[in-house]
Amino acid sequence: MDDTEQLYQDLILDHYRHPRHRQPLTEEETLVDVENPLCGDQIKLAARIVDNRLVDVRFDGHGCAISQASASIMCDRLIGKTLDEARTEIDAFVQTMRGEQEFPPDAADEIKALSGVKKFPLRVKCATLSWHALEQVLSAEASQIREIGE
Amino acid sequence: MSTNTPFDVERIRADFPILHQTVYENRPLVYLDNAATSQKPRAVIAALCEYYERYNANVHRALHYLGEQATARFEEARVKMARFIGAASEREVVFTRGTTESINLIAYAWGHEHVQAGDEIIATAMEHHSNLVPWQQLCAARGATLKLAPITDRGELDMDAFRALLTERVKLVTVTHMSNVLGTINPIPEIVAAARNVGALVLVDAAQSVPHGHVNVQELGADFVVFSGHKMCAPTGVGVLWAPMRHLQAMSPFLAGGEMISKVHDDHATWAEVPYKFEAGTPNIADVIALGAAVDYLESIGMDAIHAHEKALTEYAIAQLSELPGVRVFGLASTRGGAVSFETLGIHPHDLSQYVDQQGIAIRAGHLCAQPLMRRLGVPAVSRASVYLYNRHDEIDELVSAIQKAQRFFGHG
Repeated sequence: MDDTEQLYQDLILDHYRHPRHRQPLTEEETLVDVENPLCGDQIKLAARIVDNRLVDVRFDGHGCAISQASASIMCDRLIGKTLDEARTEIDAFVQTMRGEQEFPPDAADEIKALSGVKKFPLRVKCATLSWHALEQVLSAEASQIREIGE
Repeated sequence: MSTNTPFDVERIRADFPILHQTVYENRPLVYLDNAATSQKPRAVIAALCEYYERYNANVHRALHYLGEQATARFEEARVKMARFIGAASEREVVFTRGTTESINLIAYAWGHEHVQAGDEIIATAMEHHSNLVPWQQLCAARGATLKLAPITDRGELDMDAFRALLTERVKLVTVTHMSNVLGTINPIPEIVAAARNVGALVLVDAAQSVPHGHVNVQELGADFVVFSGHKMCAPTGVGVLWAPMRHLQAMSPFLAGGEMISKVHDDHATWAEVPYKFEAGTPNIADVIALGAAVDYLESIGMDAIHAHEKALTEYAIAQLSELPGVRVFGLASTRGGAVSFETLGIHPHDLSQYVDQQGIAIRAGHLCAQPLMRRLGVPAVSRASVYLYNRHDEIDELVSAIQKAQRFFGHG
């Protein structure tokens, strides 16, 4: 497998061609709208949070195969997780992509498939764009919860 | 110079050490990102080394052998550049760090004195960010307005719409000579004539034109012409601002410090003469000298010969790319240069660029520092192949075949 095939593994291309949890999002539904200024890739996210749990996450946007597949994979992986679990997974994913740690051996195949991106430092931001976007949603959620609590 | 000999691309390629290598798994390098930066011939690299090995010293101050050598070579480069662009005097050539700095220099030194509240500056919808953002900043600071002249669907400046924008309020028209995205070459003398009617000055961003053909600043008739060295076989970090002497004399300095002064009193100073009052601090001496070597190199081949070679390559590239199903070329101007942007249906430019890069082919992908133009074209990003004197027709074939492979790989072939 050469570096290109490593980067664009079948699992990634499958998520790119047939994205999961992707739908057109209205301005009202959109919780965050992030863009990679380097390439113009865009990810919009909507989420439903019930009892401290991510009941649903949807994305919309445009960009390269890596950014769009990564968003699809992220939604797949994190729906159903508690907010703390989601935060932990986001941190682990971002750190691994930056080369700060290795994926645990038991990481999901889809996540491992994204590891080919690590060889292409300029593309790491494509892979982490949606994950950073969800991180923003969760921290906004946290501040909202605090406000309600106070 | 020796423009009568036939254009021998292999002989030219032999002058560029970087081209003779394989990348990744033994892929011969195909470099088609020349609009971003050009490669450097051995003569330019040698000029850099020679400076540091033989006569490295500061210019215009060191009263010793090395300093005199360095100053002489530095000023020799200014004379070469003045002749290359047809300036009336070498004193009209100001060395900067590049096109961006040249434009900023004008925005500060000329703009802050001449642009008042209510005034207007006209740019075009095909400008590089470096010819937009400095004017946005100036307009915000001065209470002036920046307007963009629109382009036609063929990617040419809409001259009627441009003329309609010209009023007595317009103080400056700032326009690219050649679009880095569309390849369009704008009719500068016509633009200058229209601007003169309302008393506006004209700045020409010649970053993409000076490297690729004969450009004579006096024939252009503009007030400011700016470009970079690194796109014309010279090192990064050096560029040129040309303006007629009367403008340069009337303008205040941009950066203040050493070299640009005549006399420094305790509480004020007087300025050195043109061009030195715009060259504060120790300049990029080696890079300026190497820029002179790049001018020598390009002239030894002949700008008209280079232009003819690139024209043939560009026409070939557009024809080949246009034949591919799912590929659309942007920019169909009747007069254009060798930057060819395109989209490939269903493949994001970054994915395409990454894929062809693995085949050894370097192209550019992204918004190409022209986001307003991307919005006009209705795309978030494009792919771009751009040629120079050392590119060959078979390198275009390589690109076309790599795009076809990418289409199959990403499932849109």
